[in-house]
Amino acid sequence: MVTVLQARTRGMTLMRMPLTVWGIFTATVMALLAFPALFVGAVMMLLDRLLGTSFFMPSLVEMGQHLQHSGGSPILFQHLFWFFGHPEVYIVALPAFGIVSDLISTHARRNIFGYRMMVWAIVAIGALSFVVWAHHMYVSGMNPYFGFFFATTTLIIAIPTAIKVYNWLLTLWHGDIHLTVPMLFALAFIVTFLNGGLTGLFLGNVVVDVPLSDTMFVVAHFHMVMGVAPIMVIFGGIYHWYPKITGRMLNEALGRFHFWVTFLGAYAVFFPMHYLGLLGMPRRYPEIGETSFVPDSAATLNAFISVAALAVGFAQMVFLFNLIWSLSRGRQAGGNPWNATTLEWQTPETPPGHGNWGKELPVVYRWAYDYSVPGAERDFVPQNQPPARRATWEAAP
Amino acid sequence: MDATPTDTGEALARPAGWRGVAADWSSDQRAFKNVSWGKAMMWIFLLSDTFIFSCFLISYMTVRMSTTVPWPNPSEVFALTIGGTSVPLILIAIMTFVLISSSGTMAMAVNFGYRRDRVKTAALMLMTAAFGATFVGMQAFEWTKLIHEGVRPWENPWGAAQFGAAFFMITGFHGTHVTIGVIFLLVIARKVWRGDFDQEKQGFFTSRKGRYEIVEITGLYWHFVDLVWVFIFALFYLW
Ligand code: HEM
Ligand SMILES: [Cu+2]
Repeated sequence: MVTVLQARTRGMTLMRMPLTVWGIFTATVMALLAFPALFVGAVMMLLDRLLGTSFFMPSLVEMGQHLQHSGGSPILFQHLFWFFGHPEVYIVALPAFGIVSDLISTHARRNIFGYRMMVWAIVAIGALSFVVWAHHMYVSGMNPYFGFFFATTTLIIAIPTAIKVYNWLLTLWHGDIHLTVPMLFALAFIVTFLNGGLTGLFLGNVVVDVPLSDTMFVVAHFHMVMGVAPIMVIFGGIYHWYPKITGRMLNEALGRFHFWVTFLGAYAVFFPMHYLGLLGMPRRYPEIGETSFVPDSAATLNAFISVAALAVGFAQMVFLFNLIWSLSRGRQAGGNPWNATTLEWQTPETPPGHGNWGKELPVVYRWAYDYSVPGAERDFVPQNQPPARRATWEAAP
Repeated sequence: MDATPTDTGEALARPAGWRGVAADWSSDQRAFKNVSWGKAMMWIFLLSDTFIFSCFLISYMTVRMSTTVPWPNPSEVFALTIGGTSVPLILIAIMTFVLISSSGTMAMAVNFGYRRDRVKTAALMLMTAAFGATFVGMQAFEWTKLIHEGVRPWENPWGAAQFGAAFFMITGFHGTHVTIGVIFLLVIARKVWRGDFDQEKQGFFTSRKGRYEIVEITGLYWHFVDLVWVFIFALFYLW
């Protein structure tokens, strides 16, 4: 965080930073403010367990014995936990938002649509996510009036989120889309994130959430949005930056195989869970036993999910193999295989040497998204390339 | 080639008001002009620590309001019998006074640090540390007294069990902060005394020559810990 605030290179203004950096920066600010609640909750729980205090423990009878606790508030724990918990989901999501913006822009050879809006959406999501936590507690027994407030704030968060999704699509619109492995993962991210975001809107409404809470529908929602979507971006990011880290490309055929099995497999795992949740199947049960409302066919669906999960797991072995194999056998990448604009691709050495830049730090003259600029020599202009006027001046004897 | 191009775009006229603040903030290299990374990091740490103490205090207030058993009366619990009469909150008042005084000596230390007055800075820091140690000593006395009277994290003779739990947890956390501050003060005071900041000797926490910035950073931490105490005093003892 301090690095971003105080140690940018010359010319790197905040509004020239790649969105990846914006995402990571905002996430660190949020971590700084959200983790205290987790810490305090953990300390109090530890005291309850070890010292016999009763912060969270009400009077309880366990195994026929009255426990020593009395008068604590379990809801207080939920408040502390979710005050951390909801920002945490965006601590995971925001860096992914940032990275995917850069992947899409680079691999569609098009400037990111609405850069300023993207930045403000990241910041707005970060701020709003501190006032929505109790949407995880609609059925906890808290004051029912809270539900109205938190449903409202929760639905407001959908606005900057939707702005981001539209802007990703508009970046792709009329783009020169290269279906490279990173781009495939970026597209997969949009699809899974959209899916999970929409189910979030369902859950954000109190009346819809009451029957769905603690069912597999919630599991489907958060795996789509927090499990699958950011992992798609992580994979995309690895395929994108591996050449810079190692100097070699990851194998493309293995990468495509890895992508399709992972993406389709993950959908096969999590999509049916929406249906299971609507049937009323509760989450967190290893075995349901007999109920009046879950039909036997649900077990078949569960078996299908397990098979799909094994397939996805297998695909990750292929990915690990690719990582190791390409280290020595991959195609030589050169310094900038994707023709990208951001600074990391302009280092004098690949992989970058100690200090990244050798003697002199780069100077930044432009934003990170000068792709397909009309009249430019190449279809990308690196951030550290001086403006044309300056370039002619420099070339003069 | 010394004519490295350093201009990074058109130089804009500096806008006034909020736009100026925004322009400063988003300009290159540094968001906070004239602030070193060390000071920025201390501020950021304190921001996070504010959230920690807020969570502790809000949790305590929630627990106090929601418990069904009456809360012990702090004025009676924290009273000392002096010469036969019971004086409510007297020890806490003295502790508060000591800690506030230490903020005064710390501010003076920072002031002499700006003037690079090695000896006075070190002496005032030592005084601050002494006040801090006195505070922790009195807190230890208070804990001992309450424990003798039967206050435990899980029970006490006068009412809600959460009283002892919240008391030991919150004052314990604050006392730990003060103790760490005292250690930090002693370490830095020693360095000031030895003249580390005048000779540019390399080592932990040594900044550029003639800069006593670390004194100011220590001061930030110390004032923060004092401020937190004011809230604990108001919300735990006076409520
Ligand atoms: C439009 C955006 C979103 C809305 C309206 C929304 C709403 C909700 C609601 C109401 C719940 C509680 C469901 C219940 O327990 O009954 C929930 C659960 C959850 N959400 Fe979201 N969500 C959104 C986006 C996200 C994002 C972006 C992530 C992560 C990257 C995320 C991660 C989670 C997780 C992990 C849970 C489950 C927590 C648990 O274990 O109970 N959500 N969401
Ligand atoms: Cu949430």
